[in-house]
Amino acid sequence: MEYKPIRKVVSGNYAAAYAVKHARVEVVAAYPITPQTSIIEKIAEFLANGEVENLQYVPVESEHSAMAATIGASATGARAFTATSAQGLALMHEMLHWAAGARLPIVMVDVNRAMAPPWSVWDDQTDSLAQRDTGWMQFYAENNQEVYDGVLMSFKVAEKVNVPAMVIESAFILSHTYDVVEMIPQELVDEFLPPREPLYTLTDFDNPKAIGALATPNDYYEFRYKLAKAHEEAKKVIKEVGKEFGERFGRDYSQMIELYRTDDADFVFMGMGSLMGTVKQAVDILREEGYKVGAAKVRWFRPFPSEELYELAKNVEGIAVLDRNYSFGMEGILFTEAKGVLYNTDAKPLMKNYIVGLGGRDFTVDDVRKIAENMKAIIEKGELDVEVDWYHLKR
Amino acid sequence: MNTLFGEKKEGATKIVLTKVDEYPEAPISLGTTLSNFTGDWRTFIPVIDDSKCVKCYICWKFCPEPAIYIREDGYVAVDYDYCKGCGICANECPTNAITMEKEEK
Ligand code: SF4
Ligand code: SF4
Repeated sequence: MEYKPIRKVVSGNYAAAYAVKHARVEVVAAYPITPQTSIIEKIAEFLANGEVENLQYVPVESEHSAMAATIGASATGARAFTATSAQGLALMHEMLHWAAGARLPIVMVDVNRAMAPPWSVWDDQTDSLAQRDTGWMQFYAENNQEVYDGVLMSFKVAEKVNVPAMVIESAFILSHTYDVVEMIPQELVDEFLPPREPLYTLTDFDNPKAIGALATPNDYYEFRYKLAKAHEEAKKVIKEVGKEFGERFGRDYSQMIELYRTDDADFVFMGMGSLMGTVKQAVDILREEGYKVGAAKVRWFRPFPSEELYELAKNVEGIAVLDRNYSFGMEGILFTEAKGVLYNTDAKPLMKNYIVGLGGRDFTVDDVRKIAENMKAIIEKGELDVEVDWYHLKR
Repeated sequence: MNTLFGEKKEGATKIVLTKVDEYPEAPISLGTTLSNFTGDWRTFIPVIDDSKCVKCYICWKFCPEPAIYIREDGYVAVDYDYCKGCGICANECPTNAITMEKEEK
């Protein structure tokens, strides 16, 4: 069948819901939390209208239960999905370890939202990054198209390596903003994403198994190593699946860090999620103004694309790391990771951390220009003014 | 094999993995609970005094492991491959027929 995309104008949340429908998800655990709610509402609507078959929709009483229900479903061999935001994701934290440790390829959408207090429902990456060490993979979408594509690819990657994956989209900037999304006809999604072949299932009654049993110090260590290896393997699988997606549907995701006009760049802006759309637009404008700049969008934060970062860092004089998140007592989270990767290498660009957009603070093309001016000055001088810059602070 | 009455459970072997490649990809049980030799965990060991036992089988019912079995003569005995030494049996026995003693290894 020839690929002819179906164009729809949808919010990021609806893009996620359509991807869930097209992935033929079998179990959805649903609990509403702003700004995620319209994802599970749309899926409920598909169900009510008879647009999805074989879907069990499980309304639960909390996010902890949502993840528990999804884990149970996935352990029976079903393709399972849920979605959440901020405090809801935090409430799932304990269960996230159970999902990854049991090697269940669940896919979840987290709509990035600031953690309270003060109460906030706006965009901020600290919620998802606080789940960094749960063993889940993390894909950060720049726009609604990437939300849709990200969910489909994440199921494929997750089911190949048996590791769960989070697809992360910005609160309101993507979740509630409408944009054209190219959707893939169902038959072609089916070819790309065949039914799941589980590693094991609880419903194999001839070979009964227990999951989540006790492992003494004699065995626990080896299981951690296996999960670590699965993340290593995932890097390979992500690139293959991203390439296949490009060949089939025209959007190539074979790079874990998307490089934009970095070839001859003196310095680059590095960040994740929707703010990188603004950065790319700013790069085009800055290039016209004579700045040799580029953008490096980290698509996959876990597993972390260390090798790609090294290749980039070898060829630039500076990296401005834009963190819409913060680790208290330290610095922006992506900044720490990036510096950590490069420490034992010969790539030593000047790296500066800009804390931007926390709690939904606007981040504009003009902000990127100001950061570019600052980066240019410090590169010319050869040293940093400050390492961590609270860029928007009302001084 | 009668796993409830009459005899000690047989045929179970303890599964010991010595190389990382032998481990399953996901942490699942490789056998039934019979291959999980919880007897390794023990510090205290139950000692049963048949002369005090009234064959009520409360200990058999409360034991969390497949450790207590009922002998042909109706008295209870302990399968030390599985007894983890938790002392529940001793605590529950209405006639104090079971005492927990420090095990010499
Ligand atoms: S000590 Fe615990 S495990 Fe051992 S026989 Fe008594 S109840 Fe069972
Ligand atoms: S609980 Fe005590 S009295 Fe009852 S069967 Fe066990 S050892 Fe005998």
